[in-house]
Amino acid sequence: MSNPVVRNNLVVRPHVENFIEWSKDKPEVVVMTADLTNSCEVGKWRDTYPDRYFSMGMAEQNMMGFASGMAREGFVPYIHTFAVFIYRRPYDQLAMSIAYPNLNVKFMAFLPGVVTPGGVTHQAIEDIAIMRATPNMTILDTADATEVESVLDVAHNINGPVYVRMLRGEMPRLFDTPMEFNKARVLAQGKEVLVITSGVMTEEAIRATNALETKGVSIKHLHISTLEPFTDPTVLEALKEVQHGVITLENHSIIGGLGSAVSELMTDNNIGKPLVRLGLNDTYAHGASYQYLIEEYNLNAISLVRAVESLLDIKTNLTQADLIEARTDDVTGDSKAEAL
Amino acid sequence: MTDLSWVSETQEMADRIRVRGFDYVMRNNGGYLSQICSSAELFALMYGRVMKLGKSEAPMVPKPFTGVPSHSNTEFFNGGAYNGPVGSEYDRFLFSPAHYALVLYVALIEAGRMAAEGLEAFNTDGSTVELIGAEHSPGIETTTGSLAQALSQAGGIALARRIRKEKGRVWIMMSDGEFQEGQTWEAVQALVHYKLDNVGVYVDVNQQQCDGAMQDVMQIGDLAGKLNAFGARAFDVDGHDLEALNAPAELEPDGRPLFVLANTDPARGVPRLMNNAPVLHYLRFKSEEEKQAYQQDYQQMAEGVEL
Repeated sequence: MSNPVVRNNLVVRPHVENFIEWSKDKPEVVVMTADLTNSCEVGKWRDTYPDRYFSMGMAEQNMMGFASGMAREGFVPYIHTFAVFIYRRPYDQLAMSIAYPNLNVKFMAFLPGVVTPGGVTHQAIEDIAIMRATPNMTILDTADATEVESVLDVAHNINGPVYVRMLRGEMPRLFDTPMEFNKARVLAQGKEVLVITSGVMTEEAIRATNALETKGVSIKHLHISTLEPFTDPTVLEALKEVQHGVITLENHSIIGGLGSAVSELMTDNNIGKPLVRLGLNDTYAHGASYQYLIEEYNLNAISLVRAVESLLDIKTNLTQADLIEARTDDVTGDSKAEAL
Repeated sequence: MTDLSWVSETQEMADRIRVRGFDYVMRNNGGYLSQICSSAELFALMYGRVMKLGKSEAPMVPKPFTGVPSHSNTEFFNGGAYNGPVGSEYDRFLFSPAHYALVLYVALIEAGRMAAEGLEAFNTDGSTVELIGAEHSPGIETTTGSLAQALSQAGGIALARRIRKEKGRVWIMMSDGEFQEGQTWEAVQALVHYKLDNVGVYVDVNQQQCDGAMQDVMQIGDLAGKLNAFGARAFDVDGHDLEALNAPAELEPDGRPLFVLANTDPARGVPRLMNNAPVLHYLRFKSEEEKQAYQQDYQQMAEGVEL
């Protein structure tokens, strides 16, 4: 098995056409948005299925209630808005009107973590923590174009509320096979250090693990797309087998997200090995480019290399320049989603 | 001549709701008595006259709690079954201020949808006949104890029903305090935007809330005027006058969501409650003497009302 590599030919807005095609034979699927239609890439969907599209205005609390009512009647609302406006502003409505009755509402939560220069108000950095603590909620995280496309089937097949960390705009295609529910992807098969990542952090980790391999460091890399439930035996096996320790890397606070989930799994199974959690270290972020922020908060590939070095007490002499060339988004191009 | 025999029948139902509710407040050593006093006519009218509901599909004596909704709980029971089957021709009932649960349970009894002995489980451990109900409780289809969520939920149900061209309407019982919540106005705005005239709302305008009189806690001003300005169709009526309460429900829907603002007396039938003014929300007896006095009020009210 060869490790995936990061290709520089980015896919542009895969959700736009894919969601339209996917919805064609699903009349139960309806879309609700809170004044972020094009920003969440459903403008063309609205024009294609105007009878199934409901503009709810800037009123998220009410949107949760309308979605719950539609779900009770057998429709499957796909709420499209920014993540922060799903789990922060209308949380009580999400919990009481949708999660408690286990209703079939899908939350397409855009702008996870620090992918947006929109700053603290737009950056969902504690959403996984809050959604993990919400009973009945399933949490999915997307990392590339393939997962953005295939997450629809995964979410749709779950009879209950699903929170999906969605990507928009330009993104790589890392995977050739669709996302599978509660199943980790094994991206590298080493033995010394177990690296567990999710979402956009997986792309960074692939840069790091490929470079580390050239230095003779043996990494096992798991990519997680289902954060709740977190019961895939692949993860537990890998935690048991790894020789020296575990590093998690997530586009989220280190409290309550992937790192916490791994920590809980280790504790529950009496696995006493070093665990390093990389992520936002109990801090809010600010408005800046993604590349700038992942460097500032030690979420990028070189940060992972340094964490591996520290864990193994070695020096690889790898530098940022040695890593696979970081992709550079065209910030002024038409496809830049923020401009939508 | 219009047949008005329903008025006296519905008034008797309201009287029984008040008496039976009062009885349970006494048995429970306190409770939401003021809400019973204010809304007895409103509930009697909704269950006795306005709502077109099918026969109850639930046991006359409520079963014990079977767990919360979840992926694994196949035994979950929804209290909406007490309001009859879901179907195109039937109306639906959503219940917003869940602390009015006792009034609802008593209304179900008076409407023949629940056995009187079913109420004996009221506020006992392991029962679904909870103090503040949720969607496993008799007559309660959606969970609304966090106030002001039912109107939005009803909007979604009404929207779905309109897409399917169903005849039945969606009725909601609300309290006026819920009009302090922003979500209520978000919901009104959306109901108007989508012209959901299959939604009808009965509001107990008792001008009371947990901390006291709404005028002091947070005034909401001219409620009918505000609703009408939003584009809704609001009527101010005497909440103890059954004909006045009923009249708006008889109107042909005209594209606007309907709001019937039932202006009520929070101490109707139990004037002693006003001794607690301005805080009428939940009755706690301060002394044995006070409890005895309420017990006498109850006996006086119960005289001549056959349960």
